[in-house]
Amino acid sequence: MSILVGSETKLVVCGLTGREGSFHGLNNRRYGTDLVAGVTPGKGGGDVEGVPIFDTVHEAVAETGANTSMVVVPPRFAADSILEAADAGVELVVCITEGIPAHDMLRVYTHLRRGPTRLIGPNCPGVLSPGKANVGIIPAHFFPQGGVGLVSRSGTLTYQIGNELAGCGFGSSTIVGIGGDPIVGSSFIDVIALFEGDPETDLIVMCGEIGGDEEERTADYIAEHVLKPVVAYIAGFTAPPGKTMGHAGAIVSGSSGTAQVKAEALEARGVRVGRTPTEVAELAAELSGAAA
Amino acid sequence: MDLLEHQGKQLFRDHGVPTPEGRPAQTAEEAVEAADELDYPVVIKAQVLIGGRGKAGGIKLANDRQEAREHAEAILGMDIRGFTVHELYVEKSSQIAEEYYAAILVDRGAKRPMAMLSRMGGIDVEEIAERDPTAIARVHVDPLVGFQDFHGRRLAFEAGIAADVIRPTGALLARLYETFVAEDAMLVEVNPLLVTEAREVVALDAKLTVDDNALYRHPQTAALRNPGADDEQEQMARERDLIYVKLDGNIGILGNGAGLVMSTLDVVAQAGGRPANFLDAGGGSRAEAIVDAVEVILSDAKVDAVLFNIFGGITRCDEVANGLVTAFGQIDVTVPFVVRLDGTNDEEGRRILAEADLPNVHVEKTMLGAAARVVELTGADAADGAVDAPSAPGAELRR
Repeated sequence: MSILVGSETKLVVCGLTGREGSFHGLNNRRYGTDLVAGVTPGKGGGDVEGVPIFDTVHEAVAETGANTSMVVVPPRFAADSILEAADAGVELVVCITEGIPAHDMLRVYTHLRRGPTRLIGPNCPGVLSPGKANVGIIPAHFFPQGGVGLVSRSGTLTYQIGNELAGCGFGSSTIVGIGGDPIVGSSFIDVIALFEGDPETDLIVMCGEIGGDEEERTADYIAEHVLKPVVAYIAGFTAPPGKTMGHAGAIVSGSSGTAQVKAEALEARGVRVGRTPTEVAELAAELSGAAA
Repeated sequence: MDLLEHQGKQLFRDHGVPTPEGRPAQTAEEAVEAADELDYPVVIKAQVLIGGRGKAGGIKLANDRQEAREHAEAILGMDIRGFTVHELYVEKSSQIAEEYYAAILVDRGAKRPMAMLSRMGGIDVEEIAERDPTAIARVHVDPLVGFQDFHGRRLAFEAGIAADVIRPTGALLARLYETFVAEDAMLVEVNPLLVTEAREVVALDAKLTVDDNALYRHPQTAALRNPGADDEQEQMARERDLIYVKLDGNIGILGNGAGLVMSTLDVVAQAGGRPANFLDAGGGSRAEAIVDAVEVILSDAKVDAVLFNIFGGITRCDEVANGLVTAFGQIDVTVPFVVRLDGTNDEEGRRILAEADLPNVHVEKTMLGAAARVVELTGADAADGAVDAPSAPGAELRR
């Protein structure tokens, strides 16, 4: 099965005619994702290497049956692009764009939660179900197919951990980058709930970082609702308070949002926390050995 | 981006939040002029991006011209918890009857704006929470509906403020919410929110944090940047559009992706090293960005060695390698570099580095190996001072 994206995914890329949009959109197609359309207002009727371009998402959906949208447009247009996809009835929107104003995301989040469209991101690397479909910018060759469900707030750190897992013989069911912004469409809890219900996922790895209290809430959720083994990693133990560490959401405010507090909350709920990406893979090996 | 009190109050006035009359001043002379215009008594206030100004002697009442001059001269140049005072705000003195606390912020947990009101103001919100947690009323606001009168009433009644000021306080909170949305603020805080003896409700202080991602729609706010609050490298980095945070160690760090860089700092610290900085070269790093990054990292005199930790996704390792080669051609590099390239186009990247045969560049395959190596190099260099000693880099390039 896998979650979110798979063989049933029909992808429309908003921003397919741009540099990053075409690079990654076509990479996704080469991986096997069914890329059915691109949207760039004013460029409808054209194509990018045979992929038809439409002026509106509504038209792309009507003509191609697209059910998943990838948003790779500049930040000032991204909220509009997400809302357009939702309005056109797209089931899943994956927003790669970094730098969307938080107030835009407050409105987008609130609106989307009232309807059926699910949002992953923004400021995320996307979603990859190895062997099936890749929607986003995750370099797929690091991730063999397997039973680990991986969910992360970071992009490159996810590749690092995926690489370590692959080194220990683990493949993944799906890799989900939920994004590094303060307001993202889907939380750790949303994604972990999907992994818990996915028959192809045996073990869950979550990769968090400083800022907010998502990891702490997730720890409570795992304790109450998740039977599958979970291994966690938290980045930012050395981050000083009051400084934004790259991701808009990665900031320690006073004594809240620290890596230490998050790791302790997870461990208190029985979740093993690796102190390095390498140790995460070792813990996964240990837990899956124990489960087998 | 944090705003100074007087910058925040200007935005308050733009959106109809009542504030006492005041003028900013850069010199004692300007402060006296402003005080004369406002008429005495006035309050001379240090403009720094840090709390606790009053306790540090940065806020003084002046009853006449001579006192205004004395206080202005004393406060200008004062050090308040590491921040030098370059600017003053001269404000008409207010007759204080009550001090409340009000704030509106982006609540990440609820993913909604949250408005707060307390009848206990003039002290830190953390302190209010400690003394009496029930003294802080909180409501979440639907961002698609906005702040309604009932939000203001609920806050006022739950916070237990004086009955005669419930209406004006609610009105002020509505204006505050308008400021919060219109100015793309992550936080708007008024402490104290003042009730004067004439029973007027005014914002006696203003703390605003504006979303950096939204500065493009606020050119006037973006132009307010207060360079004095930044360290030299952080300022250099910002001019070059790099994401850099200064730390206090001696190992320069560059990576791609915020999470990976944070993780790199942690791993270096675990290996016994002390990172000098956080630098995220970002996705799609072009060669020029790498040159800029190396310049910024090396401008910190404390840096004894540099670790590049790249795991390519959007970033292509060949571009990073080309950037590094270009940087070495343009900059006189005297400290060892440890470079770890993995991911998109990594083989090409390592080939470029091998061909360039850069002096004192060590290539590592794993993150832990790279961290251990850079810590070892700083230790050795610190011991014998042999930072310029060229090694045989070609021999160290391995897959």
